[in-house]
Amino acid sequence: MDTIPLDYETLRLIWWLLLGILLIGFAVMDGFDLGVGALLPAVARTDAERRLVLNVIGPVWEGNQVWLIVGGAAIFAAFPALYAVSFSGFYLAMFLILFALILRPVGFKFRSKVEDKRWRAVWDWGLFIGGFVPALVFGVAMGNVLLGAPFHFDDTLRIYYTGGFFALLSPFALLCGLVSVSMLVAHGAAMLTIKTDGPVALRARRYGSLAALATAVLFVLAGIWVAFGITGHAIVGVTDTAAASNPLFKQVTSATGGWMANYQAMPWTWIFPALGVLGALLSALLLRAGRGGSAFLASALAIASIILTEGVAVFPFLLPSSTHPSSSLTLWDSSSSHMTLFVMLVVSCLFLPLILLYTSWVYRVLRGKVSPESLEQNHNSY
Amino acid sequence: MPDMTVVELSRLQFALTAMYHFLFVPLTLGLSFMIAIMESVYVMTGRDIWRRMTLFWGTLFGINFAMGVATGIVMEFQFGMNWSYYSQYVGDIFGAPLAIEGLMAFFLEATFVGLFFFGWDKLSKVKHLMVTWLVALGTNFSALWILIANGWMQYPVGAKFNPATMRMEITDFMAVMFNPVAQAKFVHTVSAGYVLGAVFVMAISAFYLLRGRHVDLAKRSMAVAASFGLAASLSVVVLGDESGYVTGENQKMKLAAIEAMWETEPAPAGFNAFAIPNQETRTNEYAVHIPWVMGLIGTRSFNTEIPGIDELVERAEERIRNGQVAYAALQQLRADRSDMHAKAMFDLHWQDMGYALLLKRYREDIGNATEQEIDKAAIDTIPRVAPLFWSFRLMAGVGFYFIAFFALAFWLATVRKLDRYRWFLKLALYSLPLPWLAIEAGWLIAEYGRQPWIIDGVLPTFLAASGLKLHQVIISLTGFVVIYTSLAVVDVYLLRKMILKGPDDMPGGERRPNHEGTPLAAASSTAA
Repeated sequence: MDTIPLDYETLRLIWWLLLGILLIGFAVMDGFDLGVGALLPAVARTDAERRLVLNVIGPVWEGNQVWLIVGGAAIFAAFPALYAVSFSGFYLAMFLILFALILRPVGFKFRSKVEDKRWRAVWDWGLFIGGFVPALVFGVAMGNVLLGAPFHFDDTLRIYYTGGFFALLSPFALLCGLVSVSMLVAHGAAMLTIKTDGPVALRARRYGSLAALATAVLFVLAGIWVAFGITGHAIVGVTDTAAASNPLFKQVTSATGGWMANYQAMPWTWIFPALGVLGALLSALLLRAGRGGSAFLASALAIASIILTEGVAVFPFLLPSSTHPSSSLTLWDSSSSHMTLFVMLVVSCLFLPLILLYTSWVYRVLRGKVSPESLEQNHNSY
Repeated sequence: MPDMTVVELSRLQFALTAMYHFLFVPLTLGLSFMIAIMESVYVMTGRDIWRRMTLFWGTLFGINFAMGVATGIVMEFQFGMNWSYYSQYVGDIFGAPLAIEGLMAFFLEATFVGLFFFGWDKLSKVKHLMVTWLVALGTNFSALWILIANGWMQYPVGAKFNPATMRMEITDFMAVMFNPVAQAKFVHTVSAGYVLGAVFVMAISAFYLLRGRHVDLAKRSMAVAASFGLAASLSVVVLGDESGYVTGENQKMKLAAIEAMWETEPAPAGFNAFAIPNQETRTNEYAVHIPWVMGLIGTRSFNTEIPGIDELVERAEERIRNGQVAYAALQQLRADRSDMHAKAMFDLHWQDMGYALLLKRYREDIGNATEQEIDKAAIDTIPRVAPLFWSFRLMAGVGFYFIAFFALAFWLATVRKLDRYRWFLKLALYSLPLPWLAIEAGWLIAEYGRQPWIIDGVLPTFLAASGLKLHQVIISLTGFVVIYTSLAVVDVYLLRKMILKGPDDMPGGERRPNHEGTPLAAASSTAA
């Protein structure tokens, strides 16, 4: 292990950041696809309008969804215990996400290949579910991270999860779900404003600015709830940040409003919630003004800041346990080994810039508005 | 220990979703390369028929690709959902290739596949061709990393159990990456995908030729498929032999089960061309025995013995006893991390600890297992022999059939008589399901043959499952069956519709007059 040039603590911190980057990458890139899917019934009334909307995201959504796949795999590789606990604990919620996500690729490919009203209506619903449900469930999941999940380990690190599916749908978690839906809807609306003209763009601007406003309000509400009504945790004593990954060797204290401790200790971190609200309000204004590109940047800023706000609040926790707080997963005790973290960092440094490079090339090639005429010309359009 | 019903249903769910996913992946692997070849010919010769071929097969590719994407994400989620102890126990090693697959391969193919469909009039010919090749490359890289992950389950190299974290941890990343089993599996699997892609193109083209439709397009497609298929079918068998050889080195029990070889034979061992294996009595009925063949394939020598199942069970028993020692040492180490004697005992025997874990099926305190329980656990190391025996013969038979088939097709293509013989066209058409059968059989041999292990010799499958409640697995399993069945119906309906419509009626095949202005339409009108 002496040959690894970065120490274990640094690598764990870097991977915590990288996880945040992948999550933000997913929410910003695939987020607008989900938002557009959720907006589909609202902004597009006729078949032609629906095809227009679908073809805004049609060429790019597949690449965007890889952010989710890589995010999941990165959690598996870098924080296996987090992957194991969250995916098995939230079993039916994960199944619901899978169900919704399965509808997307086939929805896009299948919908416009048959000229039948009912056929297309079925897939339109599928695509709406494929956008709305993941947006909601991911938000609910983030809410449950703040609330903690009912799990513990035995001494062989076998996981015991003692909650059920409906317990995940608490009022606070649903509020977080709504934050997620509204922020992704605003983001999707910004993309529709960039890529379309006419009635679709007008409706997208109207619903999008409402959603952006709602994001700001709901986010502040959730923040107040976290400060005054939610139990937060803290590790007792000095943490050995380079210890072997085993979540059973720590003591944890819990207190209502405990998630505010990092904000009190490091006041500069207030910048994240502030930018979250500011970004959302800004995107509401810009959408109203019809400035799609700037609105997109503003909502991306809001998304990134909202995710970071939660990250700062729970740091160094990844997934707290509500029933056995000492079993909670933190970035110091549930990561992969020193070597795996290092190898994966090298791989990420090689490929992430490359991915950003070719993704931006693809978006450059596809730049410009999607028009009804261009759909007619391309036989592959959805 | 998790509830056995939950374990069995989780296994069933994983098997069904993986085998379903694997209906689409091999076609993606094969078709993406053939499309890239067709488009290359188009770019080099400028002849429009090759562009139309690219578009036509591209449309079918697109429908298939969507199914692959839809069912692929399920696989990644399931490791955590249903196999959380597995994820916790080996995530340090197994997670890495999955993440690298995403970063290196899936991003590439998924980002460019959109441009493949939407970039025709936005890119120059050469740039579009580059995009197509990148998609093909991405799909194949993807298979590489998935099989590196899978290869590690078959032959877990470069890792060691860490008592402090209670899991396997990586010690040698290069060993995991260049795992000989993974390499052999990769080349064998992608070649099988190429064969499947070639048969798909052959069969549909034969269908057109039988009906006298789209003759030019069908003949040219067939010629591409014939040469691609011949190379692929040769390599799938040769590399399959390599795969068998590597299996012989590393997974002796799997090899013995495939051969239904209960007793060790003097070298070189014979090959059972036919037999009805009986798991209870551990004998074969009605065996047709061909001397020497097995020994030569499995060991590539005249004098190396291949151990039979009975002998391997005895070895397993010994490893169970050693594993008990390791397990006891681990308990002592956990109580007192500075216990040097326990550490020495653990280091000596840790590689057999997985065998002792087989006892967990019968009791928690595996140190106190009775002789009878050790016997039972040793017998548990035998996979179900009959399904493996028959799957292998099905797979290998189909493999050899396709060498002959593609040799004939290649010869007919060379003498330009591909559309001459109706019997050949019918043969090509009716061969369509065969590669799928062979590929699913191959999957079964690899994964069902690995049982009772989820990671060979390291972790038994039943211990790896999540502690789910029965209703959760029933809901998800039912849900998958319902949605996958509906999707299969829709998928077949759409493919059939697209095939019946054919390339000419497909928008983008023949350009309609109102598109005269686009560069592609101009190109096609000059070519016509």
